[in-house]
Amino acid sequence: MRVRLQHIAHARSGDKGDTSNIAVFAYTPALYPLLKEQLTAERFKAYYRSAIRGEVVRYEVDNLEALNFVCHGALGGGVSRSLCLDNYGKALSAAILGFEVEVPDSLRDQLRGRDLL
Amino acid sequence: MSKTIRIGSGAAWWGDRVEPAALNAERGELDYLCFETMAEATVSAAQVRARRDPAFPGYDTYLDDRMRAVLAACMRQGTRIVSNQGWINPDGAAQRIVHWLRELGFPGVKVAAVNGSLITDRVLQLTDRILENGAPTSTLAPTLISAEVYLGAEKIVEALKEGAQIVVTGRVADPSIFMAPMMHEFGWDPLDHERLGAGNGIGHLLECGAQVTGGYFSDPGFKDVPEPWNFGFPIAEVDADGSAVITKVAGTGGAVTIETVREQMLYEVHDPANYLTPDVVVDFTTARLEAVGPDRVRVSHIGGKPRTPTLKVSIGCTEGFIGEDMFFYAGPGALRRAKLAKRILEERFRIVKLEAEEIRIDFLGLNAIHGEATPSDAPEPYEVAVRVAARTRTREEATKVGREVDGMAVSGIAHTGKRVPHQDRTREVIGVWSSLVPRQKVPATVNYFES
Repeated sequence: MRVRLQHIAHARSGDKGDTSNIAVFAYTPALYPLLKEQLTAERFKAYYRSAIRGEVVRYEVDNLEALNFVCHGALGGGVSRSLCLDNYGKALSAAILGFEVEVPDSLRDQLRGRDLL
Repeated sequence: MSKTIRIGSGAAWWGDRVEPAALNAERGELDYLCFETMAEATVSAAQVRARRDPAFPGYDTYLDDRMRAVLAACMRQGTRIVSNQGWINPDGAAQRIVHWLRELGFPGVKVAAVNGSLITDRVLQLTDRILENGAPTSTLAPTLISAEVYLGAEKIVEALKEGAQIVVTGRVADPSIFMAPMMHEFGWDPLDHERLGAGNGIGHLLECGAQVTGGYFSDPGFKDVPEPWNFGFPIAEVDADGSAVITKVAGTGGAVTIETVREQMLYEVHDPANYLTPDVVVDFTTARLEAVGPDRVRVSHIGGKPRTPTLKVSIGCTEGFIGEDMFFYAGPGALRRAKLAKRILEERFRIVKLEAEEIRIDFLGLNAIHGEATPSDAPEPYEVAVRVAARTRTREEATKVGREVDGMAVSGIAHTGKRVPHQDRTREVIGVWSSLVPRQKVPATVNYFES
């Protein structure tokens, strides 16, 4: 089945200068390999289109079942210079929750927010 | 039985709520209550304000509110306070705290001020390159407002050893504020990178307050927490090896779970194996998280590597102005009208010769937050705000943005909603740059005061 990322993972963004880090956490250990396999740095960057102007570096954080995406050039030149209404990019992590992932039917009961599927 | 110390959060930023700090002071059974009140541009903004307003004392504008809320409970229970509310005037903040201690009837309390983070007068001699773009820092000379070095925990530890009940600082790295009490209580050597790594990692979990107890977390239907209007700020019960249980005062809203803790663990972290702080390089990739009870998560095995020979310097510069405003459409065709309004503004900016480095005209309700990342098939909103912003060299140019939005009132299009009266629609931009300085070149000092 194809579902939005929000059913297999949660996310949080943080700011430093013009760089936003968007960490994505699998809800269960069984869902983590799907995340690792399907949410590559290239696909992540492509999903954000030109909202991320620079490089995206992906760190695998296996002990937290997480991927940390460090997105350069994502905050309009930096928090104080940015013309974006959300200049800290606090809401930026929500965009990736719409990314579609393929999940085997056998893992259906591990999905979060099944009422909202 | 080995010793455990309880360290609580009192603030995660300047505008944070005060009542959870009071609750932690009263009911947290704390050994230490720590406040983090600065953002990247706080010091530069304070410098700008101090120049314009000689009455501005230069420390946290909520110092009085925060201290009045916690001092009596802390003094009664022997809870010591560590806080970076000193901003550009730690001595002034310490003296103000002394004033409140006297007022509240607590004489003989030692208050320390840690100075030395401000290096505006010598930053161009002490630094070489700008980290963000590799240019010489000397290119910042014409626009320089302020420079401050991120100090570590050592001077706070010294002040605690000297018997200070309250330590107030200028710029200190956020996690260091929370780790200093651990170094003092457990006698950790400043070069013991394993323990400091663990302790600093716990400090990192505490520095953003409610962000580890359910704040910045709730997502209805996916991640729900109880009473998200009543968060408790976090408390760490720290052991001598730097492992800790993260918890909060019982009866408060929010939650401490593996999910809240790991989200905060990577907050503002780039390489999770190498999180640079003045005291140590933290490695989160070895951390273990274990739920050990309701709202109790045990965090252990955070790693540490030797600290770097340099400290980070933050340099604030004047970089012009931003003018911004917004107006509204609703009902059938709202987006169509918003798009025409955008076109009108673009033409108007040409007619009035707006000189801008960058202009952004967004549709709030559709793409003002995610910008280019907004999916092309996003549904059309019933209501939409046209939000316009421009960055300019001068305030005069920035003012044109609001003046052209004014014109939309009677010279615009049908069904245009506007806010009148409006707040100030221009603001100054303080650009923040980073550099490095050898740590031995920036000695900090401690001054003591007594109530």
